[in-house]
Amino acid sequence: MEHEKRNLLTRLHIDFPLFFALITITVMGLGILYSASGEDIGLIKRQGVRLLVGFAFMLLIAQISPDKLRRWTPWIFIAGVFVLVLVLIIGTVGKGAQRWLDLGFFRFQPSEIMKLAVPMMIAWVLADSNAAPSGKRLIVALALVILPVLLIAKQPDLGTSLLVASSGLFVIFMAGVPWMYIFSFAAAGVLFSIPMWFYLMHGYQRQRVLTLLDPESDPLGSGYHIIQSKIAIGSGGLYGKGWLNGTQSHLEFLPERHTDFIFAVFAEEFGLVGNIILLSVYLFIIVRGLYIATQAQGTYSRLLGASIILTFLVYIFVNIGMVSGILPVVGVPLPLVSYGGTSMVTLMAGFGLLMSVYTHRRMLAN
Amino acid sequence: MPKRLQLKDHFREIKVFNNRSVVSLLISICFILILLGRLMYLQVNSHEHFTTLSHNNRVSVQAIPPTRGLIYDRNGVILAENLPSYTLQVIPEKVKNLDKTLTILAELVEIEEEDISRFKKVVKRKHRFEKVPLKFHLNDKEVAVLASNRYRLPGVDVEAQLTRHYPFGKETAHIAGYVGRINEKELKNLGKEGKTSNYSGTNHIGKLGVERSYEDILHGTVGIQQVETNVRGRVLRVLKREPPIPGEDIYLNIDIKLQQVAMQAFGEEQGALVAIDPNNGHVLSMVSMPTYNANLFVNGIGVKKYKELNTSSSRPLFNRTILGSYPPGSTSKPFMALAGLELGQISREDKIYCPGFYRLKGKDHKYRDWKKWGHGKTDMYKAVVESCDVYFYDLAYRLGIDKMHHFLSLFGFGQRSGIDVPGERSGLVPSREWKRKVKGQVWFPGETLIAGIGQGYMLVTPLQLASATATLAKDGERYKPQLVKAIISSDKSKKQIEPDLVANIPKNRSHNWDDVIRAMKDVVHSARGTARRLNKPDMGYTIAGKTGTAQVFTVAQDAEYKEEELAKKLRDHALFIAFAPVQNPQIAIAVIVENGGHGGSVAAPIAGKVIEYYLNSLQQSQDSLAEDKLLEPQPSTLNHSSNMVSNG
Repeated sequence: MEHEKRNLLTRLHIDFPLFFALITITVMGLGILYSASGEDIGLIKRQGVRLLVGFAFMLLIAQISPDKLRRWTPWIFIAGVFVLVLVLIIGTVGKGAQRWLDLGFFRFQPSEIMKLAVPMMIAWVLADSNAAPSGKRLIVALALVILPVLLIAKQPDLGTSLLVASSGLFVIFMAGVPWMYIFSFAAAGVLFSIPMWFYLMHGYQRQRVLTLLDPESDPLGSGYHIIQSKIAIGSGGLYGKGWLNGTQSHLEFLPERHTDFIFAVFAEEFGLVGNIILLSVYLFIIVRGLYIATQAQGTYSRLLGASIILTFLVYIFVNIGMVSGILPVVGVPLPLVSYGGTSMVTLMAGFGLLMSVYTHRRMLAN
Repeated sequence: MPKRLQLKDHFREIKVFNNRSVVSLLISICFILILLGRLMYLQVNSHEHFTTLSHNNRVSVQAIPPTRGLIYDRNGVILAENLPSYTLQVIPEKVKNLDKTLTILAELVEIEEEDISRFKKVVKRKHRFEKVPLKFHLNDKEVAVLASNRYRLPGVDVEAQLTRHYPFGKETAHIAGYVGRINEKELKNLGKEGKTSNYSGTNHIGKLGVERSYEDILHGTVGIQQVETNVRGRVLRVLKREPPIPGEDIYLNIDIKLQQVAMQAFGEEQGALVAIDPNNGHVLSMVSMPTYNANLFVNGIGVKKYKELNTSSSRPLFNRTILGSYPPGSTSKPFMALAGLELGQISREDKIYCPGFYRLKGKDHKYRDWKKWGHGKTDMYKAVVESCDVYFYDLAYRLGIDKMHHFLSLFGFGQRSGIDVPGERSGLVPSREWKRKVKGQVWFPGETLIAGIGQGYMLVTPLQLASATATLAKDGERYKPQLVKAIISSDKSKKQIEPDLVANIPKNRSHNWDDVIRAMKDVVHSARGTARRLNKPDMGYTIAGKTGTAQVFTVAQDAEYKEEELAKKLRDHALFIAFAPVQNPQIAIAVIVENGGHGGSVAAPIAGKVIEYYLNSLQQSQDSLAEDKLLEPQPSTLNHSSNMVSNG
């Protein structure tokens, strides 16, 4: 039985441990979403449909061999940059930011494409050589990261630009850029953040950072989110208040409880024990992803795989970090749990890439 | 060679990648541990803190106001009750177009501009789902109109609330007082006394009279309701409920029928009347005329109406019984006579000659008698019966102001009586010390004479006068005037207010008191008495009294006082004090009719009617009590007050 299942999964280019962990997370996610949405079954159905689309997308991408992906990479990247420029010109405004492209039958966020297109592109650039990136190629790679990041930051979408930037930088890191460069780059980053603070960040973004430092200074305004989510998490205690019993979420004290702040709902209802389980599953996915990357065949696959899984870590860290009040509130969802369409599909596509990298290698080896 | 190099590089590259992967793994674990550490801090270390905050978020405490205690008269007639009153309320959340709804409402019922602007202010302050009152005290017709138009007015609601109502609003305004909305000053006071939480659900507080002085007893104890609310404050469920303890009921000593009789007796006249049971200080009636309807104040009197009442020259809001300070005039004479006798300055046989005026030795100034041609030879008895001024000028001269001050003070003049309503004035018995302190002047002998006939600086409140009369009637036993008779708590237990004997005047020779009282009796019951018109052959009881006339207007020397020529405002106040029956006093009374002229003709008849009604009703209740005793085989313990309770 088990063997047959394995075979079927292998034929479908699915990595079983990763797939199982993803199913676990998404089922947990649906459960907590049900509670966070105030037991809104319609919302669960919509999320369920998205998940199915996501898994289908993952399956689809897993079927494509890394070689083909590599060949398509520049075109995907160019197309991605093109729609990013397009969205700045004709995009739809929502919540004060110009993020959406309305294609008539559906709307999507082009920045989501870049979460995959950027690491693919950087991996493509750096895969040509076996040597550690340096000189001209490093500059090109950095430029190719910064261009889309700036375009996304301009929308403005701080969360996505952060994720896109890290996905690109992870590729450069994994490619073996000397530590010297990394430290110099970090120092440069600090210097860059000063003009960024004054010229590139919007008022509300600046406010978010300031509020993070002292949320109680504005308890009814921008500090409200953090205060309430900390109350939710803290009052959950060791074992939580129980599923559907979270008062912070059900009495609507917690804002954005089914999207970015869903972790607070989970933490309130399942406590520290639940958190340890959730983080363990996440850690398992990361470890499995890193393992897949090390086993990958070819520099492109290795770099892409590692970048995707490290970006996944960034998702988790930034989201839980902001909800628990150690990072500023930037719009990063809790991966596979938060309610929302495009990011879910992108994430699943990323896992599709990982699976492709792993399963195609094995077949070649065989 | 190149191939080998490439291979070597390939291995090196994998080595670098694996290195970096290990670093990445360590970083990943590190980050996950950072998150776990943070969560542990929040969920374990600060768990209690956040649990409290979460609890505070969702649980709010609501106050359930207690029902205010009722006020009854001595016979159980209700004087202050809580009636449902209808309030028009709007819930902004449920109204599509607020302005349009207000327009429709204004067409259906009369709504004042003031109400609308106040309503709009409150709407801004409150949550959208909270009811905001638009108009209070809807009448039945308005309630009906609104009910029949309800279908087209979503979010509009008529709510019944309990509101204080005074069935005898005019009769009791100066006794029971009234409640009104709590104002900022009162709120501050409640805070100082630590009562804020007990009043958290209460809108009204006693402002005047018994409603104010017995506020703590009438108010009761607030109930508490713990409710779970969502982020917008909407109540989702009740977690805990502690019912309020209603306020205690109060029985007054006042007889509301007697009160009505007294008010009717005043007719159009202005003035005050206080009737006291001399045996215990029970205040039977307390009238200040004109009066006003206390119900006007309960939910905020309109500015216009208030101005009208407040600026009226007849001052209906002014409680004359405790706030009005009048010269006692000749009503002070019995007390003066007693002072003279008890302090040994005169004896009842001593006579003086009254030529119609009195002159201090070596002075030209004439102190005139009301009787221009004089009373002739006058002793104490005659001086009281006929109210001879000259006799009392002489007596005052002999006593001196110090002794007068001392003796009159024994009767409670110049001091607050301690009646159980707030705001009482103390009146004034002048003394050398007082004049030096207040006026910065020495005392002149002439002023002693004026004080001797109850004029000049001397001021009394009608309540003091009645209390002093009661003291005289009871041979020097002075009880604190008491409006409240009993307090009935919510568990039906009864607390009777015991009579409070505040003074028992030491007697030198008790026949002195009898002599003065005999003279007072003949003020009514003799042919020459100034209140002889009260004497009716079939009365069945005797009255001891004394008339008085207090000057408002000083007549110039040698000028003649012509009442008819004076404007009513400048006419003398008419006074009368009395108690009855003389042998077994049941009621002591003081009446002042402002600008009434002569005490005997204006004030005495009012007192006469009150005495007549009261003694008759007392007789009747005793008769019926006697009948009850005959009917019941075992000795009944029913007294007047327990009878009253069963009535209530």
